[in-house]
Amino acid sequence: MAEVRLEKVTRRFGSVVAVDNVDLQIRDKEFMVFLGPSGCGKTTTLRSIAGLEKIDAGRIFLADQDVTDLPPGQRGIGMVFQSYALFPHMTIADNIGFGLRIKKVPASEKAGRVRKVAELLYLDNLLDRYPGQLSGGQRQRVAVARALVIEPAVLLMDEPLSNLDALLRMQMRAELKKLHHAINATTIYVTHDQVEALSLGDRIAVMRDGKIVQCDVPMEIYDKPANVFVGSFIGNPPMNFVHGEVTSQEGRLMIKGQGFTVTPDPKWSKALADRKRVILGVRPENFRVHFQEPAGETNGAQAAVEVVELLGNLKLLTIDLAGSVLKVSVEPDTAVTAGENVWLTWNEDKLCIYDSDNEWAITPERPEVVSA
Amino acid sequence: MRWKKALFYAAAAVFAVWTVMPIVLIAMAALTPRQELYSWPRQFIPENFSLESFRFFANSHGVLAATFRSIAVALATVLIALLVGAPAGYALARFRFRGKEAFRIGILMTRMFPTSLLAIPLAVIYLKTNIYDTIGGLALMHAALAMPFVVLVTSSLFLKVPYDLEEAAMTLGCSRIGAFVRVSLPLALPSLVAAGIYTFVLSWNEVFASAVLTVHNRTLPAHIISTLNVSPLNFKFAGGFFMIIPALIFIFLVRRYLLSMWGVAINK
Amino acid sequence: MSLLRRIPLPILLLSPTLIFLTLFFVIPLVQVSGLAFQSPDSVFTLSNFDRMVSDIYFDGALRNTIILLILIIPVQLVLAFAAALIVNQRRRGSTFFLYIYAIPLGISDLAAGLIWLSIFTERGYLNSILHNLGILERPLIFLSSMTPKWMVAAIVLTEVWRATPLVMVILLSGLQMIAKDYTEAAETFGCTWWQKVRYVILPLLKPSIQSALIMRTMLAFQMFGPILVLAGRQLPVFASESYYWYTTVRNPRVAAAYALMLMALSVVATFLYLLLLRTKDEQVGVM
Ligand SMILES: Nc1ncnc2c1ncn2[C@@H]1O[C@H](COP(=O)(O)OP(=O)(O)OP(=O)(O)O)[C@@H](O)[C@H]1O
Ligand SMILES: [Mg+2]
Repeated sequence: MAEVRLEKVTRRFGSVVAVDNVDLQIRDKEFMVFLGPSGCGKTTTLRSIAGLEKIDAGRIFLADQDVTDLPPGQRGIGMVFQSYALFPHMTIADNIGFGLRIKKVPASEKAGRVRKVAELLYLDNLLDRYPGQLSGGQRQRVAVARALVIEPAVLLMDEPLSNLDALLRMQMRAELKKLHHAINATTIYVTHDQVEALSLGDRIAVMRDGKIVQCDVPMEIYDKPANVFVGSFIGNPPMNFVHGEVTSQEGRLMIKGQGFTVTPDPKWSKALADRKRVILGVRPENFRVHFQEPAGETNGAQAAVEVVELLGNLKLLTIDLAGSVLKVSVEPDTAVTAGENVWLTWNEDKLCIYDSDNEWAITPERPEVVSA
Repeated sequence: MRWKKALFYAAAAVFAVWTVMPIVLIAMAALTPRQELYSWPRQFIPENFSLESFRFFANSHGVLAATFRSIAVALATVLIALLVGAPAGYALARFRFRGKEAFRIGILMTRMFPTSLLAIPLAVIYLKTNIYDTIGGLALMHAALAMPFVVLVTSSLFLKVPYDLEEAAMTLGCSRIGAFVRVSLPLALPSLVAAGIYTFVLSWNEVFASAVLTVHNRTLPAHIISTLNVSPLNFKFAGGFFMIIPALIFIFLVRRYLLSMWGVAINK
Repeated sequence: MSLLRRIPLPILLLSPTLIFLTLFFVIPLVQVSGLAFQSPDSVFTLSNFDRMVSDIYFDGALRNTIILLILIIPVQLVLAFAAALIVNQRRRGSTFFLYIYAIPLGISDLAAGLIWLSIFTERGYLNSILHNLGILERPLIFLSSMTPKWMVAAIVLTEVWRATPLVMVILLSGLQMIAKDYTEAAETFGCTWWQKVRYVILPLLKPSIQSALIMRTMLAFQMFGPILVLAGRQLPVFASESYYWYTTVRNPRVAAAYALMLMALSVVATFLYLLLLRTKDEQVGVM
């Protein structure tokens, strides 16, 4: 049972607050991903959990034990460093077996455990080499093996794939996912690559300026970004945001913006009742493009296609909607050319609405989240 | 391309001859019998080589003792300088702390202190504290002279061992000290040894402080310089050559680290 | 032990050095000022300086200290730069040449003085060569007060020979820090070798040149072995005068005054170099 719990953890570097009063609970055997832009505090949070960073305030619990004051070696964690940090003066076997040697595991048992992990990670015929003689991908696997062999309750990884080329990264991503199912460790994984985060994470904690902005399963994070920052950080291209004003017409709530009108689902009525200015968030694939004025639908908005880019599995359109520039994706075989005039309609089920002042989501179900 | 290559090797060779020639000359002079040294016309290459001068030098009063003392002082200097200076170098490499820049500048400032400025008042202090004319006292002085070098070199050498490695060792169960001993130390050891050897040479060669801080218990350079006016040429040449032998051996041993030691120690 | 644990680790690691430097640099500095500015009964006085300045050797010592510096440093800098360029060519054998050139790095100034004594002494190699070439019948005496120019030449040669490698190593490590991109960029513009050196390498090397100059000047002021071996008191400099006053005259106060003069010269020289060879912050390479 290795639950990880952070309670009001803060870490400062001079005037920089790298981790700002973070609360987080990670379930046993969960794959948790920390995602966020450079400098948002992912590494510092991870290192605090590892015990490599002394925190200024708060407590950290691993498996219900308060480990805040324990040194890294006694926390039951294993860590994979971004640089791999393989010991250059030791063979691969010695590197992998290092943790066992420190823990004074008998030689015979050590050799067996090293061999088992090495096999799991396809390293069995490299054991006599030195780190300098391995490729990047192999080094990465040694780093994972070295962390795994001590059977940590919690496995920590700091951007373990960032030094690999794109193809290898994709392969290793799948390997890591398989590995997570094979071992019994809670895993915390730091990345700034959203694709990695979405594909690996049971849950994703999106961070910004030392705070966790949203922590949820990947689908929720993608479909319902908690604020404008999350929407624009996740998704490629990011979510489109347009300003609008809430009006009421014949008793029905409407959102009017430059060149368009949206009629939100009645479930929004209460949340929007006494608001005026809002921000609408729409993913590129949640638009529909029509080449004639859509009949019957009142909410079609006329817009001009500015750029058409074929990206293989989709066509990405840059569309000018009365001054707002939108990214819209359509099927790759859609016949559309730059300069054309089209009508846009929205998939209103997937509409996200944000407070125009604090940029946090307005939700029909949950109460409004207020930023601290 | 051809003539460029020729030019390169010609220039390189000229410079090499300029560097090596004087050493060859003193070696020959040290191996020339006394008679011939004082004769005229003097042959450039001596007619017969002999160890006569060396024997004379080695058997001269005080030389052997001074040599052993020099070795003792140099060893003690290395020990003191590394034990005191290396931790500071490690701290400079590993931690950010307030006053770090000030410390670094302070270390660099010590270069402006002439040896005479330190040795003369220390002689007065040593006389009062009864460590005047002792091996330990001189070693302390030499360690002080070597300290800036040792601190800066060890700091640059620990900088080259990524801190990640120590942290990885800690996550695998090592204590802080354990991680240092098992990871950083083995990786830094060859260059640490090189720095130690260089410190040894520094002490072995030092003249001014040695001459001022000792009277009866002279080190070799102090002995040679204080008997300069009364010693014959063959003593001087044999002594000169004898003094540079360890230096030659040591420079050969640390040759690979020359650049990393001096480069980083001086260039910031 | 628990008390030790309370102290932050960096402070714990630095304190031995700090204590050591205080004991062996700060206290001597205070003490030496005490010696130089006080009479034996601890009264403030300038008489030690008076005595120093009015000594017959003082003017010569001041002049020689500065003349030697002016003769040695530029020659050394040029030679060292040339040697560094040679080694930095990275042709076959470059490393071998580096090891050869570095040899004098381990040789003390006293030993270097003795080496060059074997050349310049009356029955030395120089006279022997001149005789063998048929230029000389009787040996010339180079090292006497009658031939001060020869004495200076011998000392300059000794110092240039011994300390050029130090400058070379500093410059070389500076050269190796200059990214190849810069020189290659210069080559794409069709720069000649000399233009490359003049417009790219030298300016980028300025910080190393500065450190080398400071370091060398400090050491040149202190040079002392070659003086004693090759000239004795016939060519006084501050360092050797300080030595004589301490050992022969047994007057540590005047010796201390000389030491302070030397320190003052060092400080002035350092600041001059820092001022003249300043690298503007915005000119530091972007990498
Ligand atoms: N040792 C340190 N000293 C001072 N400031 C630090 C230190 N480590 C991190 N910081 C600062 O703390 C903040 C968070 O850094 P952190 O390394 O945790 O970011 P990150 O999210 O991992 O970024 P990246 O994606 O670039 O790795 C940054 O502003 C950084 O400059
Ligand atoms: Mg990071």
